Order: sequence, then structure tokens, then C-alpha cells
Amino acid sequence: MENMVNVFLFGKKYQVPDNLTIMRAMEYAGYELVRGCGCRNGFCGACATIYRIAGDRELKACLACQTKVEDNMYVATLPFFPLVKQVYDIETVNTTEQVMMQLYPEIYACVGCNACTKACTQGLNVMQYIAYAQRGDFEACAEESFDCVMCGVCSSRCPAGISHPQVAMLARRINGKYLAPKCGHLEDRVQEIKDGTFTELIEALMQKPVEEMKELYNTREIEK
Amino acid sequence: MYAEQFQKSLKAVEEAREANIALEPKRMTAQQKEDLLAEFHPDYRKDEFTELKIGPNKGDKVPHELAETLQAHARISAEDVNLENPQYDVDVLIIGGGGAGASAAIEASDAGANVMIVTKLRIGDANTMMAEGGIQAADKPNDSPAIHFVDAFGGGHFAAKRELLRKLVCDAPEAIKWLNELGVEFDKDAEGNMITTHGGGTSRKRMHAAKDYSGAEIMRTLRDEVLNRQIPVVDFTAAVELILDENGKCAGAVLMNMETKELMVARAKTVIIATGGAGRMHYQGFPTSNHYGATADGLVLGYRVGAKLLYAETLQYHPTGAAFPEQIFGALVTEKVRSLGAKLVNANGEVFMHPLETRDVAAASIIRECNARSNGIETGSGLGVWLDTPMIEKIGGEGTIMKRIPAMWRMFDKYGIDIRKEPILVYPTLHYQNGGLDIKEDGETTNIENLFVAGEAVGGIHGRNRLMGNSLLDIIVFGRSAGKNAAQKAKNTQVGTMTLSHIAKFEQEIEDAGIVTDTVSPKLLPSYARK
Repeated sequence: MENMVNVFLFGKKYQVPDNLTIMRAMEYAGYELVRGCGCRNGFCGACATIYRIAGDRELKACLACQTKVEDNMYVATLPFFPLVKQVYDIETVNTTEQVMMQLYPEIYACVGCNACTKACTQGLNVMQYIAYAQRGDFEACAEESFDCVMCGVCSSRCPAGISHPQVAMLARRINGKYLAPKCGHLEDRVQEIKDGTFTELIEALMQKPVEEMKELYNTREIEK
Repeated sequence: MYAEQFQKSLKAVEEAREANIALEPKRMTAQQKEDLLAEFHPDYRKDEFTELKIGPNKGDKVPHELAETLQAHARISAEDVNLENPQYDVDVLIIGGGGAGASAAIEASDAGANVMIVTKLRIGDANTMMAEGGIQAADKPNDSPAIHFVDAFGGGHFAAKRELLRKLVCDAPEAIKWLNELGVEFDKDAEGNMITTHGGGTSRKRMHAAKDYSGAEIMRTLRDEVLNRQIPVVDFTAAVELILDENGKCAGAVLMNMETKELMVARAKTVIIATGGAGRMHYQGFPTSNHYGATADGLVLGYRVGAKLLYAETLQYHPTGAAFPEQIFGALVTEKVRSLGAKLVNANGEVFMHPLETRDVAAASIIRECNARSNGIETGSGLGVWLDTPMIEKIGGEGTIMKRIPAMWRMFDKYGIDIRKEPILVYPTLHYQNGGLDIKEDGETTNIENLFVAGEAVGGIHGRNRLMGNSLLDIIVFGRSAGKNAAQKAKNTQVGTMTLSHIAKFEQEIEDAGIVTDTVSPKLLPSYARK
């Protein structure tokens, strides 16, 4: 026997089984979702949702696909939040802390309220990664923000108007392209392929009868 | 925390853990694999397939649900739109905003083409975003594109189109370099060497990763780059029909606003289908690890104008979908969990297979263990086997899980299961469309000029089964290539007179074949609302 709970979707009351996620509860109630539904698996940030349990003063945020309904839950989804995304050229972008002053100067207006961190649907320390961005420590910012799904709930709660996910995106790209150590064996291999080092080997495989390919495959050495 | 009903089996798993870690299970022989697949892999269940009665693949068998959507009515008829005044007029039209579409857009824009992305959801709402484990490339000294070729060709049952596979493996290192130079953060050691692991069926450790957010990290970077270049992205707008010209060449698409249902016309010199997979078709009733929009739309669009399909009957069931708790039933548990040392264990605590067999073999083996051998665990949503994640911490040291697979930890932690301390329950889930539209090496379809395809909507790159890490690779390699080639082709293309006459022709074929159906396609989104 299913236990039913009351949920309030955009204020309207529905009874739904208590084992459903918020997303499935909406579908149970009859919604055909177009917005606010993406990967259904916690990776894409399409289903940012704000909720309050009746009687509780605190507004909480979550991903609708990753959160079970509770009794007397008031739900408002936030499938789109207008973040500020600055346009830049990754080839010529300034890789020092000055870039943040150029593109996202509002991060220096952070008042330290920590509402972003409290709201993060991924449980990230958002205010901390903004602090890293402020001082130009992009490696730390990249690491701290890595699990961000860019749902935008943090920004919806920010009194300073910071678009945290976009700040972190910039930091990660600068880190990935410029700050992280270069990969020597990758460069070497790309060059070898250009030089035709493997052409003969590959062309031999292109011609080989299937029976011989089977033999090759079934007896190949597998690295431990 | 697992409830009482799981405790007995859980105890058996825990007691056997030390011994199971030390155990090196034997890999199956070629014959054992063949027999296993024939008896237990869903692709081999004859009663689950329908013979196509019309279209370029008439006579071929495909899953019931795919046949239904391929042989369905169009959403529109030619009279519904005015082709005279297209709302959009571009060189290259890209249908789909996932990894393949975004890669194609960046390259086409680099080549100087006027390019536009149209996507039925948002850019980045795609299976790419959900790919966790990694991306293959033979860039280590003990590896080579030739070894990569043999692994993938054998893993795909020797059915891949070799010229496509050659391109995949030879362009792989350059694809990684391109991504890295766009700012994708790959896992590296202090010297910059890529930290690589095995995937099922690989003979070298060539799986590159960005923790277990590999696809998400790639997708968000590509999306950021598309936005930086200010490439137009028309979102919440689906392509519902391709448009040909009087010579049968592709010349654009009819678009539909997903919210207002308004129809619009996009004229294009070349079109790239990058619509992704089909998990939300739920073939054979399987749950899926796929994105909400994975409904085989590109296959339908192409098929209706006469583009051929290749291997549309082969699907990939990922061995380890979450089988518990039910809120995440069918969600992907990355193969990287096994790459890092976790083994598959049955209800009695026994390791029943080598954890890194290819996906089709692993899926069939789990199905056999649960059904024929009755060694599964009842999860409340069906059967499952254990994936013994605490082994990872014992093998790699404490902290390995948080460092290498934080998304997996988070996914289960939300439901009170700490995968560092407790194993998880898994069962195969519908994961990947091995087949798709038939293309030439340059990405153009074999029989419709100016129509290109990239990504999961392509068939033939992987043969009849795909290795882990080769799909993130294929969307980049073939996405980029389609973008370049479609831009080049557009330079020498004059669009003729646009027509939608294929719709009536296809309707006639439906009638002549005696097909009676109410279904319209492309499906666009699954129907999950309770009726």
C-alpha cells in the first residue's frame, strides 16, 4: 500500500505517493514536462527547484529529479534563471586575477552572506570558490566548483548579483587550458599520427580478413 | 543503510570481500561469450523485433518501439508550412545541442560558415552531459591507434565500418588535445601525464576522465565555447521534418516551438543531424540511463526522407544501472566503478564474472545470474546484483571514491547509502543506440546529399556493441568532422526549390503497406504524465 503525502505544486495541492521524487510527483499529478526536466539524473541542472515545508521558515533548494517529496512540501521549480555569461576569447583571455575584475567584477561585492552555499543543490561551498576566484586562485576555484551543474539557484539567492556558475566556468577553463601541467605524451602522439607513424599498421588492419581479426583480438595481450 | 531484507546477503558480501579483492576472475572465451549473448542478451530476443515494411531498410528487423516510430505519420503535412519565406536561412543547420552538435558548430564557425543550432530542449541537455566514466584515446607510449582499433573492432563483434573506426582511433589523440586546449580539465598527475584506466574490453589503460563528470565537463566547456562565439542557439525548438530540394538534396528543416507549437522553416545549404540516442523509447520495457530527450528523432527525420539505417537492431544495455533505491532505478552507475576495482558479486557473496568484460557480455552475464541462476537480490523494483564499491577504497586507499567518482558517491548518499562503506545494487539499463544513420567517412549520409550525421545518431562506427569511452570520443571526432565538412560543402551549394513532397510519398507507402497506426513521429519527448 502506497503512503500518500500532500504536496503543493506551484501552490496547488496534490496527493502523491511518498516514495516519488519531486519530478515524478509532478508527472504523477499530470504534468507533461517540457521545461524543468533534463537528464533526470542529477547532472544537467535543468530542474532546479525551491521548496518550503509548511511551518518551516527556511526556503530550501534542490534538483527535482534527485529529491523525494515530503508531506506538506511547497514546490516552485526554477528551470531558467538569467545568469550573466560574459563573452571572451579563450585564446587571448587574461589568465591572472585581473580577468575577474574585467568580466565579473561583481564578485568583489560579495557580502559574505553565504546564501549561495546554503542554496547549492550539489552541496558545494560556493562562497569559498568565489573567494578563490576573487584572489585569482583558479586552480582552487576549479577544484572546489568542479561538481557544479550550473542550475543557477545560488545566483537566484545572491544579494550581490553574482553569477557563480559562470565565474567558476571561466576559472575551470583557464585552469584546464593554461594552469594545469601540459601533457607531453599527448603532444607526442598527435605528432606521431601526423607523421604517419601508424599508417602502415592501421592500413594492414583495414585489409585483414575477419577471421584473422578474430584471432588477433582473442589472443591480444591485456595490460594488467 | 539497507533494510532488514538485504542484510543476510550484505553480510555474505562483506565476509567475502577480502577474498574477492584478491581473486582474479577468468575472462570468458570467445565461445562462452557467444553462447551467453545468444541466450541472455536482449538484442537476441526474436519476439522483441518487428520487420520494417516500408522505407530504405524495408525487410530489416528493429525493436517494436522503433518500428512503430519509423513507420508513423508525420507531425505535419506539406500544406501546414509556407516554404517561400523561411524564418531562418543559414549555411549549416545543426539539429541537436549535445556534444556532437556543439563540436560541429564550433568547427563550422571556425570554417567561416553561418551556422545555427536548433535543439528541442536547451544546449547541453543531452546524453553527453551524463557520460561519466571517460573518453578513450591511444596516447600512452605502450598504446597505439592500431591497438585501439583491434579492441573496438573485436568489442563490436567485427561489424564496425572500418573506415569509420579508423577515423575514430586515429583522430582520438587530436580530439583530446582540442578539448584540453578549450579548457577541459582532464585528470592528470603532477607531470601532466593523463591518469588513465581500463574500460570493459580495452587492452590498454586509455580511459581519460574528468573525475566521473567526464561528459559534463566536456559538454559545459563546449557549450561555453558556443556561447563565446555567439553561435545562434534556437532552444526549445524541435526539428519535426527535413526539407529536400527538387533534386532530393537536403535543404533545411521544419521547426516547431516546443511550447507554443508554432511551425517555422529553416533553409540550409547543409544539415547535420546530431539528435543523439533513444533510451527514452524504453525498448523491451527497460529503464534507461538516458536523457529525457533521447527518443530517436534523428533516425525518424532521416528515414522519412530516405536515409538508410545501419545496425538499428543493436542496442547497448549498460550492465550497471542502479537497481536500488527505486528513485534512481535505471540511472547510470559508471563503468569506472569497475575500472577502479569494484567487482560484481551475487546474492551469496560470489564473484561471478570478470568485472571488465565488454558491456554486452557483462549485461548478459548479470541477467543470467539473476534469472537463470537465481542468484540475484530482490530490490523492490526487480532483481539486481551487488557492485562491491568498498573494494575501491581498499584497493586504491581511503579517499579514492571522493577523488575519482564523487558523482557516484553523491547519487547514493542522497538516499542514505555511503558507497565507500556499503556496496550498491545494479541491473542492466538501456544505455546506447549502437546503430543509426549510415554515413560515409566524411559524415554525410550514404544516400542523401547535403545531409550529415554525427554522434549517437550514426550507425556503424562501433559495430554491434560499443566500448566504454568510445562514444564521448565519437561525438567529438565525428562532430568536428561533420562541422568542417558540412561547412565546406555549403560553400559550393546552391539551395534549389524546397519541397516537402516526401511526406505525402511516405504516407502513401504507409497506406500501401497496410500499416494502420495512430502514432506520429518524431516522438520528441516521452510521455510520463499519469493519465
